[in-house]
Amino acid sequence: MPELLSYKLLFVTGKGGVGKTTVAAAIALLASEHGRRTLVCEAEPKGDLARAFECGPTPFGGLRISEDLVAMSMDTEASLREYLRVVARVPTVGHISPVARAFDFVATAAPGIREILTVGKLSFEVREGHYDLVVVDASSTGSVVGQLAAPTGINELIRVGLVRSQTDWILEILGDPSRTGAVVVTTPEEMPVTEAIDLAGRLAEETPVHLACVVANRVLPELFGRSEEQIFNELGRPARLDLIARELDSSRELVEDVLAAARLAVTVRRDGVSHLERLRAEIPAEVPLLYLPYLFARAHGLRAVRQVARALSEELLT
Amino acid sequence: MSRRDGGPGSGPGARRSAGAGRAGPSVAQDQTRRLEQLLSAKEIVVTCGPGGVGKTTISAALAATAAARLGGRVLVLTVDPARRLADALGIAGLGNTARRVPDEAFAEAGVRPKGELYAAMLDMSESWDGLVRRYAPDPGTAGQILSNPLYKNITQRFAQGHDYIAMERLYELHEQGDYDLLVVDTPPSLNALDLLDAPGRMAEFFSSRLLRWLIVPYRSRLVNLASRPFYQVADRVLGSQFLEDLAGFFILFQTMREGFVARADAVNRLLRDVRTTFVIVTTLEAVPAVDAEQLIESLRARRLHLGLLVCNRVLPGSFSDPSVGRTAELLGQRSSELAESLAARLPLDKAAASRPATDTVARVLNEVARSFANFRLVATREAELLEELSTAHEVTAAVPYHPGNVTDLRSLLEVGARIWGDEGDAPSGQASATDRPRGRRGAGSSKEATGPAAQGPSSDH
Repeated sequence: MPELLSYKLLFVTGKGGVGKTTVAAAIALLASEHGRRTLVCEAEPKGDLARAFECGPTPFGGLRISEDLVAMSMDTEASLREYLRVVARVPTVGHISPVARAFDFVATAAPGIREILTVGKLSFEVREGHYDLVVVDASSTGSVVGQLAAPTGINELIRVGLVRSQTDWILEILGDPSRTGAVVVTTPEEMPVTEAIDLAGRLAEETPVHLACVVANRVLPELFGRSEEQIFNELGRPARLDLIARELDSSRELVEDVLAAARLAVTVRRDGVSHLERLRAEIPAEVPLLYLPYLFARAHGLRAVRQVARALSEELLT
Repeated sequence: MSRRDGGPGSGPGARRSAGAGRAGPSVAQDQTRRLEQLLSAKEIVVTCGPGGVGKTTISAALAATAAARLGGRVLVLTVDPARRLADALGIAGLGNTARRVPDEAFAEAGVRPKGELYAAMLDMSESWDGLVRRYAPDPGTAGQILSNPLYKNITQRFAQGHDYIAMERLYELHEQGDYDLLVVDTPPSLNALDLLDAPGRMAEFFSSRLLRWLIVPYRSRLVNLASRPFYQVADRVLGSQFLEDLAGFFILFQTMREGFVARADAVNRLLRDVRTTFVIVTTLEAVPAVDAEQLIESLRARRLHLGLLVCNRVLPGSFSDPSVGRTAELLGQRSSELAESLAARLPLDKAAASRPATDTVARVLNEVARSFANFRLVATREAELLEELSTAHEVTAAVPYHPGNVTDLRSLLEVGARIWGDEGDAPSGQASATDRPRGRRGAGSSKEATGPAAQGPSSDH
């Protein structure tokens, strides 16, 4: 089994729009196919996971996708309720709503409360061994550091109370590199790569979670070898275009438009490579960098998740 | 000549807004006229949209083009520009200070601007500190708040805090009245609409009954029956010490209540003002497009003015053109025959000192055909989404895919020209319906339809 799937808790993060949800869903799918009982959770309940798996809403209580795969969405109020019931053993569970509302307010106002309810719930699932692997479609760059740093922050701010006593075991799970890891997703573009590098640094400095790997998503394959590229460039000359047009009973302009697609692929690939080189140079050498191909087919949905899972599986084996 | 006439290509896309006028100069002129009207009439442009679609670039392009073509003093307020863009605008590391983009930068781009372009970044902590200094009753209280350990945590993590600050800065700049047009790029938020609610939530936050509950421990909390169950739980869970720290901080924070509430109301009014318009930026990928659609609906529901919808990084219309597609298919099918004819005519491969082998040429041709088929799939999907989105809003601009990044004023102005619906330098009579790939397809002649900027992707960088 690939090393990545032997973790207990994986936080998948990165800049908005790079395909975090698809990658998280693919990791979860792959793990479940390896027989790991897997929970995949979206930290921001936007319904992205339901879109990725093309299933119905994924509630806090979980929706079973397949035998070994359950999907859920985080809900900090439900998490609080569960916490009060299971851990704090607060008897007033039935009429918790006004209290929960008050808590919701404190969570908005006070630092780290909402975050700890998110991270705490996920760590709880790991601690209780309900699942072999918990994959989190985590928040994007900005807030994930806050989430993962919350237990440490709470430890400093709150000196007594139940929350305080809870943070110790959460920190133990988060800080254990054999159990917990972060997966930073990026695309071969300037801003996503810059954010990924930045995030890798902040995770190391501000959170106890270690970086499991960086995933470069939507990487275009190399289209031509060097001699092939020479031929391709030759094809763009007017005389060649005319020859091709004649043979195909087409026009020079149409042939030019056809060549434009390959030229675009070459240019985008070249531009992306420079960003990937920067990425490789800036993240620690021991952190694996995985490449996932650009999918020309549908960019989301179950088929895309399956394709990404397959590509990921190949990438993890090499 | 009319290789793109008729056929399935001119399908339902031609139906709406542009109608018969879509093909040809009138569409572009129409777009230009509408956009210039819009930006002349408005004082504030708020750019929003899902993450990762190029909002910052589009904001900067709009501002630069407005400064160049319409004149006046134009400021673009960006949140987190790519470093090279920040360098290009000369605002790297400047914090909240606005800086004028020098005329030389325009000259390098071959443009003599009618107006002045300024750029500033949004520094969150500097802006928060400024607010505290303004609304605290006295410098002593301001100092106490700023040095409170909870302050930094709260302002950095307060939900919608960033959105609020962006809107707040916008208000401040507008109040100062130094600029004719403000273009504000919004921070990537969980939900692009959060920023619209941010001022309201800030006001609500300060007026909240719950905030009062929290402050109660300082004033005999047990008196308040309503809050008692909360404290019984909160004490156990959080510990009373933390609650008291929190309450202590909020008592300080409360001193700023009046100022904050009044200000939040004013910001809210400004967003709804006739002088304000919203620009939604999206790409034509499935997920961002859904977000954009929701955004359009919400703006409408709130009766906010949607001035422009920009679809960014759109593939050239030729990629979804059926006649080009047919040529690509033939190219793949007849690759071996073609390779035979081509191989003999191609120059010597210097390394191998021989003519390229026929099968190598055939492989290249197949790769070309496959590439086209791949992009055709994406372009066709994009065209569908564009069609859906354009029916949702009248003024829609499509900005072609630009590999590499928009890193200088020249390329910003190029993007601006695409939004404006013309090529910038082209005589207006010859500019074509470049704003919509759909439109391009129906255009009679392809050359000006795809235009230099659309070929950007295909030219070597």
